[in-house]
Amino acid sequence: MLTRLLSGDTPRSGILTVFLLLILISLAFAPFLFPGTKSLETAARICIFIVLVASYDLLLGYAGIVSFAHTMFFGIGAYGTALALSATGAGYFPLVWGTVAGAIVAAIFALAIGLFSLRVKAIFFAMVTLAVASAFAVLVSQLSWLTGGEDGLNYRIPRELTPAFKLIGGKVFGVTVNGKVLAYYLVFVASLVLFLIMLRIVNSPFGSTLKAVRDNAFRAEAIGYRVVWYRTTATVLSAVMAALAGSLLAIWLRYTGPATTLSMEIMIDILLMVVIGGMGTLYGAVLGVTLFILAQTYLQDFMGVAAEATSSVPLVSALVAPERWLLWLGVLFVLSVYFFPTGIVGRLRERARASGR
Amino acid sequence: MATEHSILETRDLTVRFGGHVAVDRVSCRFERGTLTAIVGPNGAGKTTYFNLVSGQLRATGGTVLLNGEDITSMSVPRRTERGIGRAFQLTNLFPTLSVRENVRLVVQSRANKGFDLFSVAACHVELLERADHVLAEVRLIDQADRIVSALPHGDQRKLEVALLIALGPQVLMFDEPTAGMSVDEVPVILDLIRKLKSDMDRTILLVEHKMDVIRSLADRIIVLHNGELVADGEPAEVIALPIVQEAYLGKAPEAA
Ligand SMILES: Nc1ncnc2c1ncn2[C@@H]1O[C@H](COP(=O)(O)OP(=O)(O)O)[C@@H](O)[C@H]1O
Ligand SMILES: [Mg+2]
Repeated sequence: MLTRLLSGDTPRSGILTVFLLLILISLAFAPFLFPGTKSLETAARICIFIVLVASYDLLLGYAGIVSFAHTMFFGIGAYGTALALSATGAGYFPLVWGTVAGAIVAAIFALAIGLFSLRVKAIFFAMVTLAVASAFAVLVSQLSWLTGGEDGLNYRIPRELTPAFKLIGGKVFGVTVNGKVLAYYLVFVASLVLFLIMLRIVNSPFGSTLKAVRDNAFRAEAIGYRVVWYRTTATVLSAVMAALAGSLLAIWLRYTGPATTLSMEIMIDILLMVVIGGMGTLYGAVLGVTLFILAQTYLQDFMGVAAEATSSVPLVSALVAPERWLLWLGVLFVLSVYFFPTGIVGRLRERARASGR
Repeated sequence: MATEHSILETRDLTVRFGGHVAVDRVSCRFERGTLTAIVGPNGAGKTTYFNLVSGQLRATGGTVLLNGEDITSMSVPRRTERGIGRAFQLTNLFPTLSVRENVRLVVQSRANKGFDLFSVAACHVELLERADHVLAEVRLIDQADRIVSALPHGDQRKLEVALLIALGPQVLMFDEPTAGMSVDEVPVILDLIRKLKSDMDRTILLVEHKMDVIRSLADRIIVLHNGELVADGEPAEVIALPIVQEAYLGKAPEAA
């Protein structure tokens, strides 16, 4: 049953299983285990980014396609939901059709880019995605009557998903179960379902063909696979998943703007998370995202504590000053790529294989 | 008008690389159930001729006909679907995947299951069984779980042949299948080719240098030289031709 749910793709490493369970349990009970606004924000971000990064890995790690347009698809989903909610006011109907419309638009864009540029060299595809994504970001900031420009859009979501709504009078484990908690569970369950769907896709005959195309497109054609169609379908699926992740973000934040969805910075974060976790394995996305977002969120706090503790040691305290958190994040990244070239998951599986012999 | 078409035919097939004509107006018919050896010195255009037939390369002129149908402008996967299959001279596999997965992918393509998105690949037992059957035939079954890039060269060559056998097309093109194999592995591959040949529906094109192999397998030999077809006929007759003796066999004299 569990193996079926995971599409036969079990973690295949004891340590990895422990990590994944730890993350799953923490996310499943986040509102009760880590009460407080900041930790709930972090948990929701982790859920959404797991979908986003896994969908990018579907493209990069499985199909071997380098794209810089992933945040564009993320943004299309977010703006789809945001525009629908701003246009018609809070309601489940606009929430759903906005999300569906966003996913469809993302699919059409991906199809067009894919058919137009996946026939030719990989570098050309990467350049096209970069150009299209930049143009899209400019367009969104220019069309301020529609998108709110750089300020973005604030809108209302159904009352049941806002802090003002109380599900039950009392508290559960000392936590008020309000609409924010419900919204969190919407994000959590949707992310889990999307992740499991992607896990199924990468383990399907289609997913296995993607790996063949990644490994040797020339031979894949010679044994009868129409490589362009496989690449294009992977691009479309990945775009739709990214758009759905964007819609979840739009619902969660009740705000959508270029900085939260379209920025190049997010694109780079996605790349880093895929590489840290391990390309070509969706579990890598889970680990990569969790580590990265925890570091991004708490490294500064942690360094603040460290700086205070070492305030008597001049050089060390300067090095661990909270302003240097980005530097340390960079160092962590370089170290992880150096020591785990196949990502954390790749490394853990190698260990498990070696000790299994 | 009910003329029987040859299974494969090329008419004036030509390809130019800049000023160099690598395949020069080659016209040739191949009949069902025959094995034709293609010989010629290095650089004669044998591999290039294969590339034109299977579609990796587009012809500058001439046509390729399969069962009488013009396939000259078809893409590689479409030709594969129509029944042209090929093994490569330079090993050309899926390096990060296992040996079994390499063969399973071919079987999956043949079963037309590549676009199945929502079933689990590992649950298609029939595909795995078929893959293992082929691996047993080429004596690679005990290596089935190894990653291809870690395989010795000889085993990679065997896998190259296994992929073509798994594809099971009407026209099979082998490009120096035994080159780089150890002496005890060669007979395994030759027996496989002999077995394929006994199936009367299949047509085999074999590029090979070893004359004893050609004598024992081929129904016919064609000779390419500087891209041109210079001889075509029964093995004994072609081997006796002066042009073959000097241009080709000169460098590897036969101990009759
Ligand atoms: N893609 C290519 N571009 C330019 N020249 C090529 C290309 N492929 C083959 N050739 C040339 O065509 C000739 C025939 O090569 P090839 O078919 O590989 O010979 P063979 O297989 O008979 O040894 C050689 O002179 C080779 O250099
Ligand atoms: Mg050759």
